[in-house]
Amino acid sequence: MGVVALFVFSLLYISPGDPAAVIAGDIATAEDIARIRAKLGLDEPYMVRFGNWLWALAHGDLGVSIFTGLPVARLIGQRIEPTVALTLCTLIVTIALAVPVGVVAAWKVGTWIDRSVMGFSVLGFSIPVFVIAYLLIMLFSMQLGWLPVQGYRSINEGWWPFLSHMILPSAALGTVYMALIARITRATMLDVLSQDYIRTAQAKGLSSNQVLLGHALKNASVPIVTVIGIGIALLISGVVVTETVFAIPGIGRLTVDAILRRDYPIIQAVTLLFSGVYVLINLAVDMSYTFLDPRIRY
Amino acid sequence: MKSSIRAMLGAALVVAAALNAAPAAAQKTIKFIPEADLKSLDPIWTTAYITRNHGYMVYDTLFATDAKFQVHPQMVDKYETSKDGLTWTFTLRDGLKFHDGAPVRSADCIASIERWAKRDVLGQKLGEMTESWTVVNDKTFRLKLKKPFAYVREALGKPSSNVPFILPERLAKTDAFTQVTDPTGSGPFKMVTAEWVPGSKVVYVKNTDYIPRKEAPSWAAGGKVVKVDRVEWLYIPDSATAANAINAGEVDWWQQLPSDLVPLLSKNKDIKIENTDPLGSIGMIRFNHLQPPFNKQKLRQALLYVVNQQDYAIGIAGDPKNGKPCASYFTCGTPLASDAGSAVLSGKRDLEKARRLVKESGYKGEKVVVLDATDQPIVHPQALITTELLKKIGLNAELQAGDWGTLITRRSSKEPVEKGGWSIFHTWWVGPDLATPALNSALRGAGEKAWFGWPNDPEMEKLRDAWFEAPDLAAQKKIAQQMQLRAWTTVPYIPTAQFTIPTAYRTNLSGLLVSPMNLMWNVDKK
Repeated sequence: MGVVALFVFSLLYISPGDPAAVIAGDIATAEDIARIRAKLGLDEPYMVRFGNWLWALAHGDLGVSIFTGLPVARLIGQRIEPTVALTLCTLIVTIALAVPVGVVAAWKVGTWIDRSVMGFSVLGFSIPVFVIAYLLIMLFSMQLGWLPVQGYRSINEGWWPFLSHMILPSAALGTVYMALIARITRATMLDVLSQDYIRTAQAKGLSSNQVLLGHALKNASVPIVTVIGIGIALLISGVVVTETVFAIPGIGRLTVDAILRRDYPIIQAVTLLFSGVYVLINLAVDMSYTFLDPRIRY
Repeated sequence: MKSSIRAMLGAALVVAAALNAAPAAAQKTIKFIPEADLKSLDPIWTTAYITRNHGYMVYDTLFATDAKFQVHPQMVDKYETSKDGLTWTFTLRDGLKFHDGAPVRSADCIASIERWAKRDVLGQKLGEMTESWTVVNDKTFRLKLKKPFAYVREALGKPSSNVPFILPERLAKTDAFTQVTDPTGSGPFKMVTAEWVPGSKVVYVKNTDYIPRKEAPSWAAGGKVVKVDRVEWLYIPDSATAANAINAGEVDWWQQLPSDLVPLLSKNKDIKIENTDPLGSIGMIRFNHLQPPFNKQKLRQALLYVVNQQDYAIGIAGDPKNGKPCASYFTCGTPLASDAGSAVLSGKRDLEKARRLVKESGYKGEKVVVLDATDQPIVHPQALITTELLKKIGLNAELQAGDWGTLITRRSSKEPVEKGGWSIFHTWWVGPDLATPALNSALRGAGEKAWFGWPNDPEMEKLRDAWFEAPDLAAQKKIAQQMQLRAWTTVPYIPTAQFTIPTAYRTNLSGLLVSPMNLMWNVDKK
């Protein structure tokens, strides 16, 4: 995390752009901008700014947004629920659908079911998230009028308002993730299904479900869980686009807005947050191996 | 038995009364998509138009400008000027209160004007002329000038950024370069800060303590009567989503509709598309006067003979209905606009003359860097068109694309292009900001203290000073024409086109005001 902190701070420091100029507006003079820059401490040397930031970070202070003057922690706090909700809904839907689909594709390898799954996964990789999003909006919101076009409703406002605003974004975001997990599940299952112990289980008279779920999937789960963990990075990047298209006030949009206007404290905080989350997720994935495969011990 | 029957009857009556009770009046809420995200709340700290529009929601002004460019009292009830023109006495209207319940006092007004004058171009001019501001009593205050200044009301009623909004003294005492984050004002709406999600949603409610003037509304002047209970600004950055949202009825009003989406929304009978901004905006080509090659006047003049404003109008607005030429350094449709000397830009295009001027300027093939902001739909097409024109007249032009944040950083560089400098950038200003010499900073020739581009033209500065001394509109117009004629020679910038961006709203809304600023009083919802 220390390396990430140094990297993100340094990258922002050297990148072009001046938040003071954005704040001052088009009509402002160079003197106005210089004064704003001085007020915000943006004219101080690199080591001073980095030191101040690290010191504040060590005390749990993520700083204050250059533009709104609001604490970054508050801004992130406001936006974290929609992003977590979207990510969790996408994960649940994706895993619930993609893993069984991949298992079935492997079981029915070479049939039309297998080919359909593979075709879907190619489409899922190829079509950008925002295109899928627009198509879903066109069909379910504009033509059928079943679901809203945009926005987010907290779960406090009721289950249906929450879910109705999550269905389309989750479906759009989950497509590429589903494609990835279905493919990996299929590939891993094919490998496991060719093993001797599977043949033995079949010879012993176990049903297809018992073979698939009780023996094959369990042994295939380690790589699948690994890919799920790695795929979180895909989700994070997809969240930015999805939140923009569906006007969801999440952290993805907060990040994009902050980058465009050079709101450094927010960019720094969000990058650290995403990095930290990613590290924790990979830790959780590593620890899950011990449950999935008793042979793995740390 | 009788008592139980009575009790049952009584209960039945209560139930019947409850069932027949008039339903509670539903809250009227307007859902509005603004032109940009509201990031800063302080309309003195930033000139961003979205912050100005926010200012009009929560603040009020001493004076205000109407659609005929006349300035009227707004918070002021009456005012007097001494015979020598040096003393102005203002008396506030009765009943003016801030959102926290505190009455608006003279001290609040003085502190607000002084803070505004530190940042604003016209405010600075007023500041130069001011000897003192004094409080006579809580409702009356006095301005003492060093010499007569005819634009006191125009300054205090300035319609666009920075608008001299009135804040409580405790907030107005904040340094002008430090942001005020408390939106307490005395305007027709109150901001609900607890519901503000920067980047997504801003909520305002009707200020029930606000006492509007009795006159009909006209631009920022007249009665500010709020006809709804609540307004939600929902920032939807994706145009396709915004179009779908208004089509589906999830929002009521979209402030600025991209021209390519007009045909889509036109098909919906429940949506009206109109132009509510009579002055629109003006695009411009701005030169770097400090560095070669545009430090040479003849080279800047050369471009005048090949710029075709119609091309820029179409490039920016898309639809000919929304863009037109305006060969004037003062916004077309305003009192000082004229066609003095404009044949050089509006007449027949002359490529040969342009090339001749390039040769006469002594141009030696120096690189010309045109800054582009691909994320700005008004800047980007201008940059593309200009780069092609520059190549056509034989210049070694290079388009350097980035985003708006990068452009406005790079343009502050006074270095040569080899060291990261620039030769040309494009931008646009709203019509009111270019309407007079007092406001048109791009026309000024203050050299290195001027706005980016830094034209050095002492003669233009003298004309500007003379304009401030002009005794009446006729004299102002004459000087404005002289300034324009000078500008066609020295070419501080080239105006490219005057364009408007249409607004779309559902037919359940009525009362939208035609104004260069987006104003939300007078709007009703069925």
